[in-house]
Amino acid sequence: MAHAYTPGLKVTESARLRRERRLPLRGDVLVAPGDAVAPDTVVARTELPGNVQTINLAAKLALDPARVPGALTRPLGAAVKRGETLAEGKSLFGLLTQRAAAPVDGTLESVSAVTGQLILREPPIPVVVNAYVRGVIAAVLPREGVVVETEAALVQGIFGVGGETFGAIRLVTTSPDQELLADRLTEAHRGAVVVGGCYVSHDTLMRARQLGVAAVVVGGFDDRDLRQLLGRDLGVAITGSEEIGITLVLTEGFGRIPMADRTWRLLAAHDGEQASVSGATQIRAGVLRPEVVIPRSRQAGGSAEPPAGTGLEVGSLLRVIREPYFGRIGRVVELTPALKELDTEARVRVTTVEFADDRTRAVVPRANVELIEG
Amino acid sequence: MEIRPENIRSILATDCGSTTTKAILIERRDGQYRLVVRGEAPTTVESPFEDVTRGVLNAVREVEELAGRRLLDGERILAPQNGSDGVDLYVSTSSAGGGLQMMVSGLVLQMTGESAQRAALGAGAIVMDVIALNDGRRPHEKIKRIRQLRPDMILLSGGTDGGDVKRVVEMAEILSAADPKARLGAGYELPVIYAGNQQAVPLVRECLASRTALSVVPNLRPTLESENLRPARDAIHELFMEHVMAHAPGYKKLMTWSPVPIMPTPGAVGIIIEKIARRDRISVVGVDIGGATTDVFSVFQGVFNRTVSANLGMSYSVSNVLAEAGIENILRWVPFPVEEVDLRNRIKNKMVRPTTIPHALEDLVIEQAIAREALRLAFEQHKALATGLKGVQTERTISDIMAQTESGTTRVDLVNLGLLVGSGGVLSHAPRRAQAAMMMIDAFLPEGLTHLAVDSIFMAPQLGVLSTVHERAATEVFERDCLIRLGAVLAPIGGGRPGQACVSVELRGTAGATVEARVPFGEVARLPLPAEGRVRLTARPERGFDLGQGKGKPLTAEVMGGVVGLIVDARGRRPFALPAPARQRIARLRAWNRAMDLFPRDV
Repeated sequence: MAHAYTPGLKVTESARLRRERRLPLRGDVLVAPGDAVAPDTVVARTELPGNVQTINLAAKLALDPARVPGALTRPLGAAVKRGETLAEGKSLFGLLTQRAAAPVDGTLESVSAVTGQLILREPPIPVVVNAYVRGVIAAVLPREGVVVETEAALVQGIFGVGGETFGAIRLVTTSPDQELLADRLTEAHRGAVVVGGCYVSHDTLMRARQLGVAAVVVGGFDDRDLRQLLGRDLGVAITGSEEIGITLVLTEGFGRIPMADRTWRLLAAHDGEQASVSGATQIRAGVLRPEVVIPRSRQAGGSAEPPAGTGLEVGSLLRVIREPYFGRIGRVVELTPALKELDTEARVRVTTVEFADDRTRAVVPRANVELIEG
Repeated sequence: MEIRPENIRSILATDCGSTTTKAILIERRDGQYRLVVRGEAPTTVESPFEDVTRGVLNAVREVEELAGRRLLDGERILAPQNGSDGVDLYVSTSSAGGGLQMMVSGLVLQMTGESAQRAALGAGAIVMDVIALNDGRRPHEKIKRIRQLRPDMILLSGGTDGGDVKRVVEMAEILSAADPKARLGAGYELPVIYAGNQQAVPLVRECLASRTALSVVPNLRPTLESENLRPARDAIHELFMEHVMAHAPGYKKLMTWSPVPIMPTPGAVGIIIEKIARRDRISVVGVDIGGATTDVFSVFQGVFNRTVSANLGMSYSVSNVLAEAGIENILRWVPFPVEEVDLRNRIKNKMVRPTTIPHALEDLVIEQAIAREALRLAFEQHKALATGLKGVQTERTISDIMAQTESGTTRVDLVNLGLLVGSGGVLSHAPRRAQAAMMMIDAFLPEGLTHLAVDSIFMAPQLGVLSTVHERAATEVFERDCLIRLGAVLAPIGGGRPGQACVSVELRGTAGATVEARVPFGEVARLPLPAEGRVRLTARPERGFDLGQGKGKPLTAEVMGGVVGLIVDARGRRPFALPAPARQRIARLRAWNRAMDLFPRDV
């Protein structure tokens, strides 16, 4: 196979980003190409079909199912209010009249002469989609949504939870290897995207949520705390729809891991600027990583969407992504073509890395390094 | 095109997996079919390529280079073979794009619901949900669920022939109200197979024919006492080709390259496992542990079953193994102290970076501990579904009623299991074969005498589809190049005190050489076997221990050779238990690891 290393996460100062904003079902697009949009501009809306209620009229009216269609007091397609009579039937030689009332507001959809069931559809549920990032409408997908384009700085994280949000970036630690502590958070951070260093605990995250912080971006977090946050063990990395009142983006992984210097410097350079953040992560086909998007103040210039990495070569900046050197950053000094036997006795392709902090060297499987891409 | 097996000199077979497309080249040499080379390339179903044939061509190009012969003419497979160019036959399987995802429904969850599930799983599908009248959900909840799922296909069953019509129609009405949409391609109708009470067919048609692509096949549960899954399975395969594959990117082209229908990958694996069981007249269990899912196949009493544990795997789903097994069950296999916080973080880091591999030996040990639990859980799920028919009226005595025995007990009978085959990276690529053997033994806990093997490079899917048109080529390659025989495990049933006499074993080779051993309770021994050929085993359990012949009764059997040997596992069965105190547990694990020469050093 051509590539044995993991393509890295994007951390770039300037790129032209396109974000597709689609409705779950067809509906109306509310903006036109060229329109300037803010993160909270509603760009499209639709109505999801309402939930369906089944009502066993044969049982309720004590009728043979074949007689149920004739017992309806309103035609199919009619709108009914909760409590309104839907059907009636006579029993005991016509002396008793039984009535069935609508349990909810809705529309009569269908009735069966075999089962005696009536299907009542509840009113549609409105759904809107916002622009998510500040930018310009680059394209309209008729009746489905839009593509928003923006010139922005981009930081991709490795894992996140919580949905899309936006706010001003606020650095609250002084270095990338400091823990984000609760006592550094204040009322001033309400609605902000708080950037910490190497770690945040569950307690600190709860403090941030209590203060109304929009998002927290840090190096690492403990899985034990994630379990507490979600109320369950996360089985498969498909996230983004959790309703936890805050968005969390991890730039490095699980545990206490200093934020990569490059990521830290980029976020620090934009302290105070507005950013859009998404915690959505999906690590199966069609990988989706969480992100921090910081639109530039002037929407002009910039390169296209950051290109895919060119591959691992001598001099490449990388991060080791598995024990025993997990989280350490260095440069490739040698790419040995021959397979090498590891401590496990597995024979694999390796690279020699010189670590940035102490200049020591180590031989690491290529599968266990990740390029740091710009 | 008619395929005449005697004319086939060379075969190219591909399996389009969700991440990798694997190609193998088989040639007839000196009258024997053998694997020549294997190539692989990333699968190209997703953007930016969106054409599965790109990945197939790339994998075949690698085969061309390795074999040093021409197989492609531009972007076409050369067939038939002409001189040293081209091949006589091309076949393929596919699980790309998430494989075949189905929803099934029945009236009663434990009866027609389970039969429908067995039919879909046996055909190679992932069952996303089973909807039944008694599944505990209210009708509107069922409708909501059906709408969310977006399956490739729905199998609707329910009722025995001549039985209740009204309830079957009620399920059809629920389906109709949900107006389900197909996963791939919004522009085509969702295929629905009806395999229920045949008297309800006209009413089901009335309900569903205008909204779905409805096919009607014979009832999969014509009576309570019988199951007829074949017509439903055949219909699933046919519709998989006609609807699902035809809408997946590039498959229309791929289908024209092969005279044999493209088959869902697990369906093809099932075929080869079934053939081996029938040929050797043994019960077989096969397991394939992947990054996202684990499939288990079994043939007991001639009945084939397959289950897929959609969220048990070693990379994408590794965190779900932790969630389902619990941290204590993983830690019980680790022979050194580990902090829970550290283990949890390691597992999550593997989930978010699924392609990494163990670097340190301790990391490998932890990964293999997780694999034991993933395999155990997948096998538990298999045992629960591979059952006799439930709801069958049997004559019961008063004592049966008092004992609350019920129909539908599992077909999985570990004492009669003849062969256990493992495949998937963590088993096939374990640095020492003994590690693969111990992972399978600890997870499946075979009893009596069971042979063990691993699939060297996971060729079973290609060989399964090949076996439908050329059984000889498929089985020859399976035996010679695909299976690596590890040896066998001998495990007495029963419990005792550590150190108490348990079993004595004698192995006699064809040349007359004899190996003898006495293995006390609580210990494991590894006795050498020849790599090929057979030896005669005589095993004598102590009173209170059973090798499948009855307590204290000796077992005499032929044992096939293998690279690991004969593993005498006297750690106990029914129950198998590890000491609860950590210090004792770790001491036992270390002793077993040393006895098995499992790792290069003590961990």
